[in-house]
Amino acid sequence: MKYQSFLIKYAEIGVKGKNRGLFEEALVRQIRLALKRCEGKFRVSRTSGRIFVDALEEYDFDEVTGELGTVFGIVGICPVRILEVMEPEELKKAVVAFFGEEYPERAGRTFKVRTRRLAKNYPLDSQELNAELGEALLEAYPELQVDVHEPQIVMHMELRERVYLYSHVLPGLGGMPVGSGGKAMLLLSGGIDSPVAGYMIAKRGVKLDATYFNAPPYTSERAFQKVVDLAKEVARFTGPIYLHNINFTEIQLYIYEKCPHDELTIIMRRYMMRIAEAIAKRTECQGLITGESIGQVASQTMRSLAVTNAVCTLPVFRPLIGFDKEEIITVSKKIGTFETSIQPYEDCCTIFVAKHPVTKPILDVIARHEHNLDEKIDEMVERALATDEILIVDRDHVRVLKKAEEPLQEGM
Amino acid sequence: METKSREIYLDNSATTRVYPEVAALMNRIFLEEYGNPSSMHHKGVEAERQLRQARQILAGILKGKEKNLIFTSCGTEADNLALIGAARANARSGKHLITTRIEHPAVLETMKYLESEGFEVTYLPVDAEGVVSPDDVADAVREDTILVSVMHTNNEIGTVEPVAEIGAAIKARNPRTLFHVDAVQGFGKAAIYPKRMHIDLLTASGHKIHGPKGVGVLYVADQVRLRTILYGGGQQGGMRSGTENVPGIAGMALAAQLSYQTLEEDQRRLRAMKTAFVERVSRIDGIRFNGRTDEKSAAHIISLSAEGVRAEVLLHALEDRGIYVSSGSACASNRPHISETLLAIGTPKEYLESTIRISTSVMNTPEDLESAAAALEELLPMLRRYTRH
Repeated sequence: MKYQSFLIKYAEIGVKGKNRGLFEEALVRQIRLALKRCEGKFRVSRTSGRIFVDALEEYDFDEVTGELGTVFGIVGICPVRILEVMEPEELKKAVVAFFGEEYPERAGRTFKVRTRRLAKNYPLDSQELNAELGEALLEAYPELQVDVHEPQIVMHMELRERVYLYSHVLPGLGGMPVGSGGKAMLLLSGGIDSPVAGYMIAKRGVKLDATYFNAPPYTSERAFQKVVDLAKEVARFTGPIYLHNINFTEIQLYIYEKCPHDELTIIMRRYMMRIAEAIAKRTECQGLITGESIGQVASQTMRSLAVTNAVCTLPVFRPLIGFDKEEIITVSKKIGTFETSIQPYEDCCTIFVAKHPVTKPILDVIARHEHNLDEKIDEMVERALATDEILIVDRDHVRVLKKAEEPLQEGM
Repeated sequence: METKSREIYLDNSATTRVYPEVAALMNRIFLEEYGNPSSMHHKGVEAERQLRQARQILAGILKGKEKNLIFTSCGTEADNLALIGAARANARSGKHLITTRIEHPAVLETMKYLESEGFEVTYLPVDAEGVVSPDDVADAVREDTILVSVMHTNNEIGTVEPVAEIGAAIKARNPRTLFHVDAVQGFGKAAIYPKRMHIDLLTASGHKIHGPKGVGVLYVADQVRLRTILYGGGQQGGMRSGTENVPGIAGMALAAQLSYQTLEEDQRRLRAMKTAFVERVSRIDGIRFNGRTDEKSAAHIISLSAEGVRAEVLLHALEDRGIYVSSGSACASNRPHISETLLAIGTPKEYLESTIRISTSVMNTPEDLESAAAALEELLPMLRRYTRH
């Protein structure tokens, strides 16, 4: 075993007092879940403001760091070598050897040593240890330079009941552990934006439910499969997602028949928000999440957003609101949803798009035109809500909780 | 929304349901006669017997010899072996190959690969009905032409090519030029006699004729030089290493036998179904049939375009009524793809994305196509009401 442990770094600023304990507990729980998917046995412990993952048997380094890399709340992962406490001379040799392994390319690089001495009975204090170890490293590797202010390399040593050596920090995702921030309903389409929006809110510790609108025969079963695949990717970070699949055809065709065609998209989106919010309230979500960004398409101008927003009473979170498409794509590639998002299946937002949709809708006008739907729309919305299909989508399996058309059971 | 009372499967050129007899035979081989035909013991002999019997059946159907057959994992592999194997084995006689613009990707993509290997490929045009002219083929054949590949029946529009005439025309021009026919859509639907039709290499597949997926066959005439593309244990005379797929091969042979037993009668029945369908559906506004619809076309393939309705939407609307068809060719329809075949026959632009394929088999009844026609009569006016602006 090259590393016997991993030191987990997490954001400490802003999480104080009682919340800190809750934060750490949630984080430890998520770390344990991630490690369950790895080969080998591990012990996760919280000691003096740090979380350590100790390997109790052989493990696969890439697998473990990869899984820990999907846990929100982790800022950095440091692979640690643990040694027994030894005399200063022996310790110097060990540090020199570890440093040499960690950094085979050393020419021109700057470093410093940072010691934390928790075992107060050791003959040298941390200042002395920093100096002695730094000197030993320079002696062994004359190509190095010391820089105590902005070193490229920091060689950490902690003296506890044993000696902990680490230097590299593998970056984590940051954010807050899942479950520490309640639950919200994501309007998930097959596009690039909505999975990213869901990811970003989940990163703040929020659990996700999702609603998808299908419109057969205009959308295909494969379009839904694509959405399930996207939810699976997002679930790698968030844990299981309850995915509600709503049949929207009837409503969409009714709007097409009764309302001005340049207002189709905006009215459709208002009904999507209404339906998603109804499910959100039923499932105790505290907000809605969309992938909108100002001005990206006609239905995402500020005026359009205001008109869409007007139907909701829950807060609507739009984490991509100030993002350019390129920035969104960068995140979607990072979280692994991009390849799936660009599969060419049509979703119901695009099937009846007018050539020149309104970009400056006026709430009163839209609301007046929606009255054209009065005769049947409530009944259609009720039907759409009652006949939804519910899947529980996790990273590696999908379970049908309720089939389309089946009546709703308590507790869904 | 209508409930799916019954499934009507009209996508038989994508794949077929296996004959129950075939499933039963394969099940028995999977569970009982599961030996490796190369093994010395009884189990091996038993499996080899199945293999021999399959060869006998297929050789009988093609009026060839058992040793003319090489079993592969699919039609695509058989096409690859025919083209790459023949090109490599005969490269010293020339580096020129000929094919048509409407071939299946298994041929077209293999030709592209051979171009990258330094071969020169001529792609022949077709007429408005998708027919390749034997004269065009003859004119393209040169002293250094080592192979011509023309499909038997087009998978998208059902054109049946005049392969016998093409074969004769090739040999009259250059007797050393090999003639390959991809008969994946024609085998089991028409009598094909390679020797009489001057065919040197012929591809067929199991799953298009109610046999299993995962098995194909390449007929190789006597004296044809071919180099293997797969190296290993030397099975099938070293031409196709790898343990033979005994259940698949036996299943395919039985499916072919069952198909050919009642071929003429079945073809008459499918023809009558197609004729009645075409007549009825022609009366709907804005319908165009691609390729021929008469006696000379394949009885089991119908390609139609419906103006103003996207193929995908029509496909799913039919699916809602339990009717399964395909848009374009199934192998290519999960990516946005403009059909080479439709382009080659000069289909107008407004029809390209509005084309569906209906393909029947002996398992369909006249009522199936009547239901499909009725569904089109009902759906098309409805779908045309809701269009993009």
